[in-house]
Amino acid sequence: MRSPRARPVFLNLLRIRQSVTAIASILHRLSGLLLVVSIPILIYFFDVSLRDARGFAMVEAAFDSIAGRLLLVIMCWSLTHHMLAGIRFLLIDLDVGVEIATARRSAAAVIALGLILALAVIGFAL
Amino acid sequence: MTRPVQGLRAWGLQRISSLYLLGFILFVGGFFLVDPPLGYQQWRQWVARPGVSVGTALFFIMLLVHAWVGIRDVIMDYAHNLVLRVVLLGVVAFGLIACGAWAARVLVGASTG
Repeated sequence: MRSPRARPVFLNLLRIRQSVTAIASILHRLSGLLLVVSIPILIYFFDVSLRDARGFAMVEAAFDSIAGRLLLVIMCWSLTHHMLAGIRFLLIDLDVGVEIATARRSAAAVIALGLILALAVIGFAL
Repeated sequence: MTRPVQGLRAWGLQRISSLYLLGFILFVGGFFLVDPPLGYQQWRQWVARPGVSVGTALFFIMLLVHAWVGIRDVIMDYAHNLVLRVVLLGVVAFGLIACGAWAARVLVGASTG
């Protein structure tokens, strides 16, 4: 019997064809990271918007700027995808949708809905 | 440390906190989409309401707990060197706690003065 060290290992993630469930999962992680990075930014705008009327106006203007809108778009998608993928994981925790066919469909649905919902919210808010 | 089921507390906290965050974001987010505050006074008064203030404080607590469990998993997945791992976990923990203190300060400031 060969020792475990002789087993071949290939872990180049970029050259392995990823399943739709893998993509939903890594996007869940990526969106989570983006959301965490946005926490101090969120608190900053929260802080400034509550200090005085000028602060409030400054925050409004910041969200009207191109950079501000780009940030909002990215954060909006991060939130919708992370929430939907998270709900999918919660259901899987409860043994709902564990079969591979259902899991693949729900993963595709989550990816699509994340984008659609983000676009809907952005469109509604504009 | 040996326990029959290690990591269950973090797993549970992540799920519980996610439920509160989901409810809060849907409720408040939906509220703001259809009826946003129209100026500083209205905004400030709304945040100062006891229910909103406490609910928001709870939101930040849940957010930091949820974020910590998530980021800790990511760091443990990718940072294998012990020193690097400890430094990263320390910096992130410090940053999240600082964010919590900052948010608390903002909420207290909005409720007084």
